Amino acid sequence: MSDTKVPLVELRDIRVSFGGLHAVDGVTLTLNPGEVVALVGGNGAGKSTLMHTLAGAHPADSGQILVNGEPVTIATPRDARAQGIEVIYQKLALAENIDAAGNLFLGRELRTRTGALDDSAMASATRDVLKRLNPRFKNLNTPVKSLSGGQRQSVAIARAVHFNAKILIMDEPTAALGPAETAQVRELIEQLKSEGIGIFLISHDIHDVFDLADRISVMMQGRLVATVEKSKVTKDEVLAMIIMGQRPGGAN
Amino acid sequence: MNDSQTSEQHANDSGVLNRFRAFIASTEIDTRFAGMVIALVVIWTAFHILSGGDFLTSRNLWNLSVQSASIAVMATGMVLIIVSRNIDLSVGSLLGFLGYVMAMVQTRWIPDAFGFEHWYIWIVALIVGIALGAALGAVQGSIIAYGGVPAFIVTLGGFLVWRGLIFRMGEQGQTLSPLDGTFQLIGGGPKGSLGEWRSWVLGLLGCIGAIASIYFNRKRRRKYDLAVRPLPIDIGLAVFGCVVIILGIALIAVGYESPITGAPTGVAYPVVILIAITIGMVYLSRRRRFGRYVYAIGGNPEAAELGGINTRRTVMGTFVLMGVLCAVSAAIQTARLNSAVTNLGVQNELDVISAAVIGGTSFAGGIGTISGAVLGAVIMQSLRSGMVLLRIDSPSQDIVVGVVLVSAVAIDAALRQGKRRTAGIALAVGLVVAALIIQTGRQ
Ligand SMILES: Nc1ncnc2c1ncn2[C@@H]1O[C@H](COP(=O)(O)OP(=O)(O)OP(=O)(O)O)[C@@H](O)[C@H]1O
Ligand SMILES: [Mg+2]
Repeated sequence: MSDTKVPLVELRDIRVSFGGLHAVDGVTLTLNPGEVVALVGGNGAGKSTLMHTLAGAHPADSGQILVNGEPVTIATPRDARAQGIEVIYQKLALAENIDAAGNLFLGRELRTRTGALDDSAMASATRDVLKRLNPRFKNLNTPVKSLSGGQRQSVAIARAVHFNAKILIMDEPTAALGPAETAQVRELIEQLKSEGIGIFLISHDIHDVFDLADRISVMMQGRLVATVEKSKVTKDEVLAMIIMGQRPGGAN
Repeated sequence: MNDSQTSEQHANDSGVLNRFRAFIASTEIDTRFAGMVIALVVIWTAFHILSGGDFLTSRNLWNLSVQSASIAVMATGMVLIIVSRNIDLSVGSLLGFLGYVMAMVQTRWIPDAFGFEHWYIWIVALIVGIALGAALGAVQGSIIAYGGVPAFIVTLGGFLVWRGLIFRMGEQGQTLSPLDGTFQLIGGGPKGSLGEWRSWVLGLLGCIGAIASIYFNRKRRRKYDLAVRPLPIDIGLAVFGCVVIILGIALIAVGYESPITGAPTGVAYPVVILIAITIGMVYLSRRRRFGRYVYAIGGNPEAAELGGINTRRTVMGTFVLMGVLCAVSAAIQTARLNSAVTNLGVQNELDVISAAVIGGTSFAGGIGTISGAVLGAVIMQSLRSGMVLLRIDSPSQDIVVGVVLVSAVAIDAALRQGKRRTAGIALAVGLVVAALIIQTGRQ
């Protein structure tokens, strides 16, 4: 992580307010290729809101976003996707009445030459990605409504994998999962990381954070408390930052 | 001993039941749709018996097909609107207004400017109606989608506005008549049907279409190495489809001899239009992105938005489509009456919404099918025309339709939650009340 390298993503002085509430208040963050940056903080700290600005789900009021050093405008989810940004949302963004393939390709459907939906091609691609993520996944043709939390999560993650994300935002990806599925997601994060993908990981699980992250950014009441190298802090220090906003000695 | 026996028995029973369920599942038949077909068969049989054999005749079924057409056409559009969590209360008034305008084109505007009986009059009238329908649908749709005003309010306004405009145009409720001769064919009058051999051609095309769609679906899935239905089941479905088409044409369309010419009538033009629109709308809703997006919006508006779908444009599209379908139905109704009257389409919004809902469309959004709505319209019309045959007065008819509507939705809701007993109770209550009203309403 030398300073000469251009970061994959740079968020500069991002601000978002809802009415009078400053949900994100001047946050600056960077993410490098093949790096996992954990974003932690109490409930309502502004983690999801900050990531929404990068995902195009809710544009920032002010601030700059740079991808590979170039300033970009991300106003819609489509803009984000065009930059190779994929998101796994905290509140799973799936249409319950549509099957796994329909959800995986939602907004980016494969079509035949006549412009009709190519359901077979989508089903087959979905089957192939899901086989990688969750070998026991069988219910490809049933509406997502009848899937378990873990299976739904697989669909959301499969979306990011299939479309070759370069930048991945995971908002509490393991919150709804059992131990086996959580282990799978961790494995996947390691794998994606080794492929050079940059990952923003929002998590409340301090163990997850310490196992997976390279750097940890702590937010509190819309502000960035500090970003620290994982290797230079202890869990207790991070907890103190989350709860009291206390910076440890060596943080910038 | 006893205990183990009964439990064995149980296991056996559920084994057969499970195998039956697995069989049904492997045919991928929509069980809700199958249930509605059964309900329709029951209704038809009951009326046939009660009327002393007058219901299941070629003549009656042919009339039923024509009478169902205009509501069914609009119901296909209403499904998409309700699926995307909106509603359109304006369709009856919009139909009336569009019908009135199309009649004005034929009886006033073109004759005043260019004289009577031009071959192109019907085409101009139809194009004006459809274009105006699309435009007015776009007005309502854009206020809903871009203005953020609830559909209920916007279309309630439309309900009043379009009806009011008819009277403003109609100079104290004038009836416009007669309409252009070619235009009248759209309504399925004496000459407004395909005749014998063209009906058979239509049937043949239907069979080829059914077989081709099953074949190509199979081929596509094979290509991607996806599971396909067992071949005998696919063949069975194709044969079944063809038999239904052929029998329908033979018994209803060709079987009905025109009271004027004595020759076989064939499929009426409004029914041909309905078939074409149904196929088009099924294709649109299941095989095009637009349809997928409508369902996605109904299932989870937030997910649709985050998926990068232009939800506003999609919602607006459903209302434009509804306007076009209202114009088509307006053409069918005015052509059938050979006139436009000011109360054209009154209460049609209720029939159209009822047809969609009886056909399994859910107000919670995301659920509903085009074919179900068409069947819903046929069920509604069967009830009405059956009760007419039994000489039941029109207020009693309304009561029965109302009872059926509520019990149908209650049954559907109970089945969705797996409450079979509640569904059974709803069915029983609905049947008893309807039977009581029918019995006491006979004159
Ligand atoms: N759409 C919205 N409208 C109004 N206020 C909002 C909206 N979204 C978030 N907020 C507010 O912004 C603040 C930050 O919320 P955010 O969801 O970003 O928190 P978070 O850090 O992700 O919390 P959690 O850990 O609970 O997910 C909260 O006070 C929240 O109430
Ligand atoms: Mg959050």
